[in-house]
Amino acid sequence: MQVTINVNGQDVSRDVEPRLLLIHFLRDHLRLTGSHWGCDTSNCGVCVVWMDGQPVKSCTVLTAMADGRSVRTVEDLEQGGALAPIQQGFMNEHGLQCGFCTPAMMMTGQALLDRNPDPSNEEIREAICGTICRCTGYENIVRAIRWAAEHQEVPA
Amino acid sequence: MTVTEVPTSAGGNPIGFGRMLRKEDARFLRGQGNYVDDIDMPGMLHGAILRSPVAHAIIKSIDTSAAEAHPKVKAVITGAVLETLGLAWVPTLSYDTAAVLATDKVRFQGQEVAFVIAEDKYSARDALELIDVDYEILQPVVDAKRALDPGAPVIRTDKEGKTDNHIFDWEAGDAAKCDAAFAKADVIVTQDMLYPRTHPSPMETCGAVALMDKVTGQLTIWCTSQAPHAHRTVYALVAGLPEHKIRVVSRDIGGGFGNKVGIYSGYVLAIVGSIVTGKPVKWVEDRSEHLMSTAFARDYHMHGEIAATKDGKILGVRVDVLADHGCFNGTAQPTKFPAGFFHIFTGSYDYEAAHCKVTGVYTNKAPGGVAYACSFRITEAVYLVERLVDCLAAEMKIDPAELRLKNLLRAEQFPYTTPTGWEYDSGDYAPALREAMRIAGYDELRAEQRARRERRAAGDTTEPLMGIGISFFTEGVGAGPRKHMDILGLGMADGAELRVHPTGKAQLRLSCMSQGQGHQTTFAQIVAQELGIPPEDIEVLQGDTDNTPFGLGTYGSRSTPVSGGAAAIVARRVRDKARIIAAVALECSPDDLEWELGRWQVKGDPEKGKTIQEIAMLSHSSLELPDGVEGHLDGTCVYDPPNLTYPFGAYICVTDVDAGTGEVKVRRFIAVDDCGPRINPMIVEGQVHGGLADGVGMALMQVIAFDEEGNNLGGSFMDYLLPTSMECPSWELGMTVTPSPHHPLGVKGVGESATVGSPPAVVNSVLDAIQVRHADMPLTPAQVWRAMQGNSFRTDLAIT
Repeated sequence: MQVTINVNGQDVSRDVEPRLLLIHFLRDHLRLTGSHWGCDTSNCGVCVVWMDGQPVKSCTVLTAMADGRSVRTVEDLEQGGALAPIQQGFMNEHGLQCGFCTPAMMMTGQALLDRNPDPSNEEIREAICGTICRCTGYENIVRAIRWAAEHQEVPA
Repeated sequence: MTVTEVPTSAGGNPIGFGRMLRKEDARFLRGQGNYVDDIDMPGMLHGAILRSPVAHAIIKSIDTSAAEAHPKVKAVITGAVLETLGLAWVPTLSYDTAAVLATDKVRFQGQEVAFVIAEDKYSARDALELIDVDYEILQPVVDAKRALDPGAPVIRTDKEGKTDNHIFDWEAGDAAKCDAAFAKADVIVTQDMLYPRTHPSPMETCGAVALMDKVTGQLTIWCTSQAPHAHRTVYALVAGLPEHKIRVVSRDIGGGFGNKVGIYSGYVLAIVGSIVTGKPVKWVEDRSEHLMSTAFARDYHMHGEIAATKDGKILGVRVDVLADHGCFNGTAQPTKFPAGFFHIFTGSYDYEAAHCKVTGVYTNKAPGGVAYACSFRITEAVYLVERLVDCLAAEMKIDPAELRLKNLLRAEQFPYTTPTGWEYDSGDYAPALREAMRIAGYDELRAEQRARRERRAAGDTTEPLMGIGISFFTEGVGAGPRKHMDILGLGMADGAELRVHPTGKAQLRLSCMSQGQGHQTTFAQIVAQELGIPPEDIEVLQGDTDNTPFGLGTYGSRSTPVSGGAAAIVARRVRDKARIIAAVALECSPDDLEWELGRWQVKGDPEKGKTIQEIAMLSHSSLELPDGVEGHLDGTCVYDPPNLTYPFGAYICVTDVDAGTGEVKVRRFIAVDDCGPRINPMIVEGQVHGGLADGVGMALMQVIAFDEEGNNLGGSFMDYLLPTSMECPSWELGMTVTPSPHHPLGVKGVGESATVGSPPAVVNSVLDAIQVRHADMPLTPAQVWRAMQGNSFRTDLAIT
């Protein structure tokens, strides 16, 4: 079937199998390999991308469901060669080790900051609890998102 | 050895030890990591594995014709095909054999039965459904405690003359001396405990891409390997492939934790698939495959005893272990140690005697046992002794901190030889425990706990039960030395190569392989410290066997103790050579020169000198060097560590337990680690954080159990629960610094310390809250509630 999806600001049209998962469309068809695939059961959350501005687990979204919608991935965070505050926060606070959950954590963290520019540590923990990290014990991810909250430009 | 003032480079980084942001982050933050599943190649095919739905069955027939007829299928490989290649059965790391694809029988649920290669991964999965396997179901051996029963089904019927499920008996320590110590004890406490089967579950599953170039005979395998050099040699030994034509490449690895040490059937099948099809073949397993078939950890049924005098002096410990190794003995550990380093179970205390006996058995479960940041089973050892000490404290009504302080090894006893023969290199234990108690506010916590208990006794049941748990651990990390430690005959020593280019920029080549530990950063810092080259000018290369020196890889927290030693020594060799070159250029004797970070200068005339960058260029110039000194500024080293390093730490966990539901909330966790000087404190703290989360997971959530038919009850993340941000508290860290006397940098490994040390702190805390002597992990709400009713259950079987 034919789908047209706005991916990171660009319309992309492809003929895909109806059963194709969004994560596989992004990774295998568009070669956007920053988003990862970890469990198939919506438990691990390393596949989180945005669909129409909301974080979704792309292993349980069919590509067909994204037809006519916009999808944003980690590859779109850096703008004009400058790391976004959420990226800089993860670096400064050592919020990543193996890097596998990092894109999902950053997309989730940015979505939180977009709706709540000054979240508490508890609110951050609640926001990211749908993605599992095996390396960091979460502490530095919380700090990274706090760092981003303190360093991002908030629209007046 | 202590960290002193470190100069800063033009890039803002410490030229040596200190907090430095990670070099590797640049690619991960942009979604530009290079994991194995990110590989795409022209003509690449995709493999998928058909797995056994049952735990124990005879394979009567396999019909692959419908799968082969699928329009997108290129090949179907079965055990029968592998038999023709001599690859159906391969040696394991423990000198047993294991099936790559089942031929005669399947022996665990999830075992590999057939491999389909197709044009795309969806078609490969579709074709699995078309394979028809006729199984004759056999009774499985699920309960390790029944594995040696007379009449138990024999799992390894492939082994000629095998009539039972026994693998090995092994013991350590002095049984007679231990009996004598127990004979004079006033108090003996006995406790059975299970360290249940758990699974490391890195977020990236295992995978490989294999490409056999038929023209050159070159085989390249990109895979998730923590030990690429060892893999290459094993492929050569097992498959008879010429080792100089094999290239193993580990790119970025999405977490390993010991799970990615061994060679899995999928890797071998990708290789065979490429040989058969002539195309690159990718195989990446899904989460259920990963949980059901790759290396698990622990599964130790332990019967422990601890003896003490009436004033709380511990005299001895003994333990009898039943070790469930699954259906193939495939544990990854040094050859001489069938129970890993379990016999370090004497832990951190000073006593007369100790003895352990371990019996390994086969069961109808996936093979493994040594994985998951366990330092070759020191995890089980620490859990045993730390639980026994708490049981003793409860029995004697002594505060568990006081009992530990009374019995901890003292600084003047180091280097210390344990009753089972391990030589601890250095330690100063009591200050670490006191520091943890200080951070925790231990006395105040106990006062709060007393007050709560009084309120509850007075009828106020609104508050949760409060527990305070302590653990003290001694780790042993950085295997070898190679005279004592090898894997399949390969001594556990590691190489390093350093090339300083003419302009003074350097490349360090290592045999170890990061899975997230930040090697590109910390190893650059080591060279920076030794040579004064800014860390941003040092590139660290690892993971590609074609451009790195041989070594055994990264697991058992061995990168810093072993490869870190290699990096320091190779840098010092280069520095020594630089001295000779500088002396020629300065027209003086090398003895007239002194080293000031990054520069050889004339003693008493520091204006005269040459920087390491200048010397690098001189080493390539027309400068005439003394006889025997070759040009260029390069060096090599193979580091054979003289001993393990022994990091240690004191942990305190505070929990709140809902008495009505059994739900546990970890309120606080205090971790004081001593791993010697810290190369990059930020990275060390990150390593500790991750291990503490592991401890919370293992103590409270994670278990791979089996029902009576051998069905894996932890085969997806819906059943196998890992801690999220909600289960983890904000970690409170502290440190003491006791350098290793034998390591060139004084450093010890730290990657596994927290995973090893934290589970008993959590368990001790929960049991302290509910005032129960013992219940096995994981302390799920059901288990805690049942324990409070005096009816805790076995966590390795279906709950009854």
